[in-house]
Amino acid sequence: MFEGLHKFASPPHFHAISRWLSPTLYGVSLLLFALGLVGGLVLAPADYQQGDSFRIIYIHVPSAWLSMFVYMVMAGAGACGLIWKMKMGDIVARAAAPLGASFTFLALVTGSLWGKPMWGAWWVWDARLTSELILLFLYLGYIALQAAIEDRRVAARTGAVLAIVGVVNIPIIHYSVEWWSTLHQGPTVTKFDQPSIATSMLIPLLTMTLAFKAFFIAALLVRTRCEILEFEQHTSWVRELVRAEAAR
Amino acid sequence: MSTLAEFFAMGGYAVYVWSSYALAAVVLIWNAVQPLRRERRLLQTLAGRTRRRQPS
Repeated sequence: MFEGLHKFASPPHFHAISRWLSPTLYGVSLLLFALGLVGGLVLAPADYQQGDSFRIIYIHVPSAWLSMFVYMVMAGAGACGLIWKMKMGDIVARAAAPLGASFTFLALVTGSLWGKPMWGAWWVWDARLTSELILLFLYLGYIALQAAIEDRRVAARTGAVLAIVGVVNIPIIHYSVEWWSTLHQGPTVTKFDQPSIATSMLIPLLTMTLAFKAFFIAALLVRTRCEILEFEQHTSWVRELVRAEAAR
Repeated sequence: MSTLAEFFAMGGYAVYVWSSYALAAVVLIWNAVQPLRRERRLLQTLAGRTRRRQPS
């Protein structure tokens, strides 16, 4: 198994696999988006308290979950690069950051668009919202750091340290609605006994979550390919690939 | 027809709901297109560089 992992973690193999895996995952995510949109916008009934405004959750919740998931991917990959000197770790961490920032931004803005009609305010400085905003700043800080440092290996190491320190924010975001009294509603899906959400609303939510996740992995693979090409542009296998590509 | 109008009205929350979905579409499409364009440009640049190095 470790042999296989090692092979997968080598840039040429990763590049080869990702070339068929990313279009496949884009296809899967497109299908799931279509199903989720029909389920969420048409089939699910309006909420008895929030009316049709609750339909924003089909964007807001998957992107908020992803904003944290992507951060763990970024910090985990960065740690692999930092501790075991895995080149693919550095590359994946660098590729994940813009995607994470995008989903965090989407979660914040859609939350705001839901908060205005429901709470009467675009923004409140409560624990959940503030910690999610800090997450956005962590992503932006990481991206700025990567752009500022010329030497890629130094940039990867510095970025990994920033990302790992920032992990402390993830449980804060997750538990903020339980630790502090907040305007943001508590968890409805991840309750262990029984989610307090109707099945007809839950199924589209899970479908959209999977759609977003498949989309993230597909986009991450393409971004990773770009980073590999830049990272390894002087190696013989990349020259070989470029030559084959130009001959097509 | 009225059901379609009702659907787009979103029970009075049309502005909030549709702007959320529109923004999501923009963010997703940009994140899908931008890396693919970058990859194509990158391959072209690298191909140009190899050609210059060893003209065939």
